[in-house]
Amino acid sequence: MPRTTYREALREAHREALQRDPRVFLMGEDVGRYGGSYAVSKGLLAEFGEARIRDTPLSELGFVGAGIGAALGGLRPIVEIMTVNFSLLALDPIVNTAALYRHMSGGQFGVPVVIRMATGAGRQLAAQHSHSLEPWYAHVPGLRVLAPATLEDARGMLWPALQAPDPVILFEHAQLYNLEGELADPPPAVDIRSAAVRREGRDLTLVTYGGSLPRALEAAGALAAEGIEAEVVDLRVLRPLDMATVLASVGRTRRVLVVEEAWRSGGLAGEVLARVAEEAFFELDAAPARVCGAEVPMPYAKHLEEAAMPMPARIVAAARALMGP
Amino acid sequence: MSLPRELEFSTDVTRHERGFCLARVRDMVRIRRLEERCAQLYGEQKIRGFLHLYVGEEAVAAGVMPQLQPQDNVVATYREHGHALLRGVSMNAIMAEMYGKQEGCSRGRGGSMHLFDRATRFFGGNAIVGGGLPLATGLALADKLAPRPGCVTACFFGEGAVAEGAFHESLNLAALWRLPVLFICENNLYAMGTALARSESSIDLTAKAATYGLATAHVNGMNVLAVSEAARDAVDRVRRTQAPFFLELHTYRFRAHSMFDAELYRDKAEVERWKAHGPIHTFTGRLKAAGMMTEADFEAIDREAAAEVEAAVQFAEAGSWEPEADLLRDVTAPH
Repeated sequence: MPRTTYREALREAHREALQRDPRVFLMGEDVGRYGGSYAVSKGLLAEFGEARIRDTPLSELGFVGAGIGAALGGLRPIVEIMTVNFSLLALDPIVNTAALYRHMSGGQFGVPVVIRMATGAGRQLAAQHSHSLEPWYAHVPGLRVLAPATLEDARGMLWPALQAPDPVILFEHAQLYNLEGELADPPPAVDIRSAAVRREGRDLTLVTYGGSLPRALEAAGALAAEGIEAEVVDLRVLRPLDMATVLASVGRTRRVLVVEEAWRSGGLAGEVLARVAEEAFFELDAAPARVCGAEVPMPYAKHLEEAAMPMPARIVAAARALMGP
Repeated sequence: MSLPRELEFSTDVTRHERGFCLARVRDMVRIRRLEERCAQLYGEQKIRGFLHLYVGEEAVAAGVMPQLQPQDNVVATYREHGHALLRGVSMNAIMAEMYGKQEGCSRGRGGSMHLFDRATRFFGGNAIVGGGLPLATGLALADKLAPRPGCVTACFFGEGAVAEGAFHESLNLAALWRLPVLFICENNLYAMGTALARSESSIDLTAKAATYGLATAHVNGMNVLAVSEAARDAVDRVRRTQAPFFLELHTYRFRAHSMFDAELYRDKAEVERWKAHGPIHTFTGRLKAAGMMTEADFEAIDREAAAEVEAAVQFAEAGSWEPEADLLRDVTAPH
């Protein structure tokens, strides 16, 4: 199988979408001449031209809102926001317009826009470029929220996202762009509905998503060396949650640990655990647990940044505690 | 505050066809009758939530809307009953929406502030001040890229929106990308209770818009023919050049901001001074003086509008409540 990276897989996904559907275009800060702040769109300007690869001003509210308007007008825009922290400048059009229009209009106006953004820490970019605000977006009815964490999903999620009749927010963890591996050619089709079991195991279930998936898999490897077989569930879709896959796994393992880079309070980990408790309380052999981001603005210093993140050692320790003495 | 001096001109009504003029009277009277009845229904608790009336500002919608074509897009604010009505949304569907009935133009999910209609390309009904401007910019971008040459997106907003970043970002994008948007600023001098001079360092909004490279105009928004002529020129220009245009209409809201507003921020005398410039009676006065309309003509228009309103009330009363079992519909498309 050919080797590729997460970044290249995303780029190929864009190329495919631009080739297949003339309604698709990409816009965002530095997506054209600069090639994308994370180089996802490098080369696309030369291939598809300025009308479809549109550099925007530093104007998140304006161009995200315009992307939403263009979707209402019948196009299929992909809007790139450099990082989730900057997306807060566009929260109004995303939450007050894109997520609400179908409902407020009594079903007359859907907003088929795809909004992509980088998220997460690990690159010493400090507090204003490193947060994980996925749970905020996952809170909002009307949005579909995706977190591709594998090469297959980086390559495969964009097309079904563009086919969706409602707004889709797609989170790309900044540490994943350089993820390298093999990807089948042609790449496998993926859905934007379900969670996926990334590693099977009988002793406990690790539920995670995005940039925490590689860390959870690393932790699962370390646990296996100790004789603890962890099953790893990648949520993939943060809204609506596929709890059936999570509950099926927890039903087998009877122990659950959620791993999430976002802050603990009000995060998705709490939501997943609450639903497990509601649906499967009496199937559990241990109190549900979570490893989350420390509740601190992301520090710059490397050792402090790592201390604030759910690194494999913390996951392993929490899993051991869950297994009991 | 009074009308800027340069706006105190009287348009020569005889430059226009009688039929056109009577149609504009009818437009304004339909809005006025509808909204006066809505205020009454609010008192009777038939209509709830926020209700923002357009009374006094009717010449804006009546002047602009007939200049648009069916393929054009309209984006409006939460004070949009008149815009929806003159765009062609039926009074029945508007009234049923105010009642929260499923026969309403937004199936009762939107209410007064969120009137929508796909058939007439009426994109709301946006209750975030400035929220419609990026949306309109994007609708125009879609027309440009599709391409659908000759389409215009008309975006109505109040002068309060000029303080929002959305105004500046949208005008910049529309001018930078040369998008066919007609930005229509309904300057009624008050953002809720805050006077323009208390919120803007410079109150020349047309000058602000011009700094983004847009063509601009500003006229007396109390004079329906002045609005109509300015809107005709502006729409023609946007349609022809496919570039944005900023049109400022100086107007005034005779009634409170919403039904909860005690109007502590302005003098009654000021309101009365503006009422002297009221768009309906000044226009009908000129038409009568020119021999283009009789009192009987006006009464016929008024009677017809009143009957339409009463029929709409009956329609809304007879409407049905959406079953609670349908609560979660239209959050996302069925899949």
